[in-house]
Amino acid sequence: MSSQDIPEENLPAEQDHAHGAVSVADEKNPFADPGLPPHEHRIQDVDERAAKRSERVVALLFTVSMLATLGFIASYVAIPSDKSIFVFPIGHISAMNFALGLTLGTALFCIGAGAVHWARTLMSDVEVADERHPVAAAPDLRAKVHEDFKQGAKESAIGRRKLIRNTMLGALTLVPLSGLFLLRDLGPLPGTKLRHTLWSKGKLLVNMNTNEPLRPEDVAVGSLTFAKPEGLEEDDEEFQTEIAKAALMIVRLQPENIKDKRELEWSHEGIVAYSKICTHVGCPISLYEQQTHHVLCPCHQSTFDLSDGARVIFGPAGHALPQLRIGVNGEGYLEALGDFEEPVGPAFWERG
Amino acid sequence: MSTTTSTDSRSRGKAPAGERLADWADGRLGIYSLAKANMRKIFPDHWSFMLGEVCLYSFIIIILTGVYLTLFFHPSMNEVEYHGSYVPLQGQLMSEAFNSTLHISFDVRGGLLIRQIHHWAALIFLAGMFVHMMRVFFTGAFRKPREVNWLFGFLLFVLGMFTGFTGYSLPDDLLSGTGVRFMEGAILSVPIVGTYLSFFLFGGEFPGGDFVARFYSIHILLLPGIMLGLLVAHLILVFYHKHTQFAGPGKSNKNVVGMPLLPVYMAKAGGFFFLVFGAIAVIAAVAQINPIWAMGPYRPDQVSTGAQPDWYMGFSEGLIRFMPGWEVNFWGHTLVLGVFIPLVIFPLVLVAIAVYPFIEAWVTGDKREHHILDRPRNAPTRTGLGVAWMTVYLTLLIGGGNDLWATHFHLSINAVTWFVRIFVFVGPVLAFLITKRICLGLQRRDKEKVLHGRETGTIKRLPHGEFIEVHEPLSQEQLHTLTAHEQYQPLEIGPTVDDNGVERKVKGAEKLRAKLSDAYFGEESQIPKPTVEEYKEITSGHGHH
Repeated sequence: MSSQDIPEENLPAEQDHAHGAVSVADEKNPFADPGLPPHEHRIQDVDERAAKRSERVVALLFTVSMLATLGFIASYVAIPSDKSIFVFPIGHISAMNFALGLTLGTALFCIGAGAVHWARTLMSDVEVADERHPVAAAPDLRAKVHEDFKQGAKESAIGRRKLIRNTMLGALTLVPLSGLFLLRDLGPLPGTKLRHTLWSKGKLLVNMNTNEPLRPEDVAVGSLTFAKPEGLEEDDEEFQTEIAKAALMIVRLQPENIKDKRELEWSHEGIVAYSKICTHVGCPISLYEQQTHHVLCPCHQSTFDLSDGARVIFGPAGHALPQLRIGVNGEGYLEALGDFEEPVGPAFWERG
Repeated sequence: MSTTTSTDSRSRGKAPAGERLADWADGRLGIYSLAKANMRKIFPDHWSFMLGEVCLYSFIIIILTGVYLTLFFHPSMNEVEYHGSYVPLQGQLMSEAFNSTLHISFDVRGGLLIRQIHHWAALIFLAGMFVHMMRVFFTGAFRKPREVNWLFGFLLFVLGMFTGFTGYSLPDDLLSGTGVRFMEGAILSVPIVGTYLSFFLFGGEFPGGDFVARFYSIHILLLPGIMLGLLVAHLILVFYHKHTQFAGPGKSNKNVVGMPLLPVYMAKAGGFFFLVFGAIAVIAAVAQINPIWAMGPYRPDQVSTGAQPDWYMGFSEGLIRFMPGWEVNFWGHTLVLGVFIPLVIFPLVLVAIAVYPFIEAWVTGDKREHHILDRPRNAPTRTGLGVAWMTVYLTLLIGGGNDLWATHFHLSINAVTWFVRIFVFVGPVLAFLITKRICLGLQRRDKEKVLHGRETGTIKRLPHGEFIEVHEPLSQEQLHTLTAHEQYQPLEIGPTVDDNGVERKVKGAEKLRAKLSDAYFGEESQIPKPTVEEYKEITSGHGHH
C-alpha cells in the first residue's frame, strides 16, 4: 500500500486554508502571519560609545588570548614535568598539565568569546528571509533526465546483449570472493583450543603472588588464593593467553560444608580449586565472601556458590564454574589430577 | 575597449591582492558560483541549533589531538619492562602499547593534556551527538527532505561509539582489557560462527598479540575515514536543504529567516569552535580521565571492581547485566542466549530510533517537505515514543552501573538488577503515557492562552464586588506562533463497499495504518487548536475575559 491513496483532505494544509504557510495579516484572520517584526536596535546600533565599549571588550579578549599563549609557552619551558601541586578542591595534580591546560584553554576560549561578542554586538543583527526551493526537480527536468538515462542505457546495449550483462554480473559477484579468502589468515581455526588449558596430571599449583608451589597447609579456611600451573612464567611469550584460561582460585572449606558430592570428591581436605574465569563473558572473579562461600564477578555480578559445585545463584552467568580435580603429591604439594573436564570461560556454540 | 581597460587595471595591480587571488582561484575552481550560493547563506538562530556544532568541533579536536598521539603511541603488544618516570610501575612487564601510553602521560610534556583533551572530546562528541539527535527527533526535523541526513547522523553516532570503544582499548590497561574480554565473550556467544569470529578478530585465542594493532588501524583510519566522509555529506546536506526553523512571524515553510553566514555565523560558529576547544582544554586541565597508570597493564586474570565502559557503551553493559543467564544445550551445541540476546538487542535499540522517521512518514502519508519545526507538545505521540526510547536507554545505562548504584546508594545489587529487569519493560510504557498527558496539557494551555489571553496576575475588583484576574490578549505575533502548527486528521479506512456494492478486501497493512493514525491523531492524541471562529466569538465581548 503506497501513501498515494491517502485522501488529500487529511493533510493539514488542506484542512485549514486560513492557516496555510504564507498569508497576509488581515482583520478577518487574527491568527494570520503578521510578517517579520521590525528590527529592534541594540544599544551599539544607536550609541557609538556603547559600540566603542564593545570594541574594547573584544580587543581585550583577544589580548588575553595572546597573553595566555605566552603563558602556555612559559609553563612548557619552566615547569618540571614531574612537579605536582595541590589545587583545591581537586587535590594533588600535575602542575604541568594544570598550567598547560588552563593557559591553552584560556587562549582558545578568549578567541571564541571575542568573536562571538563581536558578532552579537557589532555585526548587523537584521534578520533576513531567504527563499526555499523544492528539492525535487521540476517535471520537465525529471523527464529529461529519465530520457537521457534511457538513451545512455540503450546506447550501451546492456539490455539487448544479455550475454554481456550476465557474465559481467557474474564476474563482479565473484571478484569479492578473493577478498574474503584473503581474510582467512586473520587467525587460526578454533579447533579444540578452547577446551584445553595448561593443566595436566601432576602439575603443581603455584601461588600467583609468591611464585611458590602450594602445600595444603598454606591454604587457610576463609582465604582466597590464586594459582597458576607450574612452569608458566610471566615473561613467557604465551603467558597472557595461557593465564586467560588456566587462572585458578583456591579456597578451603570445611569438608562437611561442601554440599556437592563431586566437588567433595575432587577436593583435598576441603581445599577446592575452581577456574577463576567467569563463565559469563570471561572476567576474572575476584570477590569472595567467606561466610557464605559465594564468589562474585565484579564485572557483571554473577554469583557462584563455591560450597555447592560453584553453581550460579545470581546474575547473568549461564553455568557453574569448572572445577579442577586436585590432590597432593608425594612431597606434600598440591597438584592437579588432570585438565579441566569442561571448557573454562564463556560459553560458545561448540561447547555442548 | 572595455577589455583593454580591465587588463590595464589588472596589470597595474590596482585590485587588492586578496581579490586577485580569488580571481585566480575562480578561473580554476569556479569558487564564485559556490560563494554566491553560500557566502551570504541565511541561518536561523536558536540555542538548540548549536548542539550539532558541538559535535562538529569536538570531532575536529579529536582528529587534531589524535594525530598528535599517533606520533608517540606504539600499537604493539610485545612485552617490555617499564623504565619510565612513573615510579610505582618501574620494572613491571607490560605491552608496548601500555608502555608508550605511560610515556605520553609522564614523559612527553603536554602529552597528558593532549591525551585528556582527546578522551574528553570523545565523550563530549558522543554526548553532543546524542543530544543533537534528540533535538532533531523531538522537533520533527527528520521529516522530508531530511530523512537521509538523519541516517547519516545516526551512522555517525553508531560509528562514533565503536571508534570510541576501539580507542579506549588501545592503551591495553586493566580496565579496557576487561572491556575487550567482554566483547570477546559476546562474540563467542554467536551461534555457529562465534568461535571463528573471535579467533579471526584476535588472531587466535584471547588476548593473543594482535588486537591492539588491529584496533589501531580501525580506530585511526577505517572508522574516522568513514566518519569524515559522512560528516562532510551531513554538512553539505544541511547547506543544501537550508536549516529548519521554528514557526514565528514572517517564518514559513517556504523561507528561512535569520542572519547571513558572512559575517555573523562565520564569527559565531568560528568563535564557537574556539569556545568548545577552550572549554575542553580547561576540563582536561582540571579533570582527570582514564588514569591508566592507576589501573595497571592488562592481565586476563586480574580485574578491578567498578569496571565500567565509557558512558556511550553503558547501555550495552546494562543489557548484558540484567539478562538472566539462559543457556540451551542440545545435540552437543550450546546456545548462549544469556549473552546472545543482549548482543542482538544492542543494535535493535539503536535501529529502533533510526527507522522512526520512515514509520512516521508511512503513518501520516505526508509527502510534502517540512522546514518548520514542531514544538514537541504539538506531536504528543512522537514525543511520547521518543521519551519512551530514552527511558529504555537510560534504564539500561542504570543497569550498566548497577554496582555503582548499589555501593553509592547503599542498595542491594540484586534489587537494582531486578528493578532494571522490570523497569526496562514497564518504564517506557509509563513514560509514553505520562509524556503524552503532559503534551496534551500543554496544548490545552496554549489554546487557553490564545482564546483568553495571558494571565497577568493582576487582580481587579469589579463595581459589583467580584474579583477577576485580568487577562491580557496576545499580540498577533504570539497568536500566529501558537496556532501555526498543523494538525493531521486520523486516517480512516475508506468505504469497504464500492459503488457497485462489491466488497473490497481491506489489507492488514491498511488496517494497521488506520489504527496507528488514530493513535497519533485521534481525539485522545491531540487537542484541536483554536479556530478563528472560536476566537472571534470569545473576543467579540460577551463580558468574557
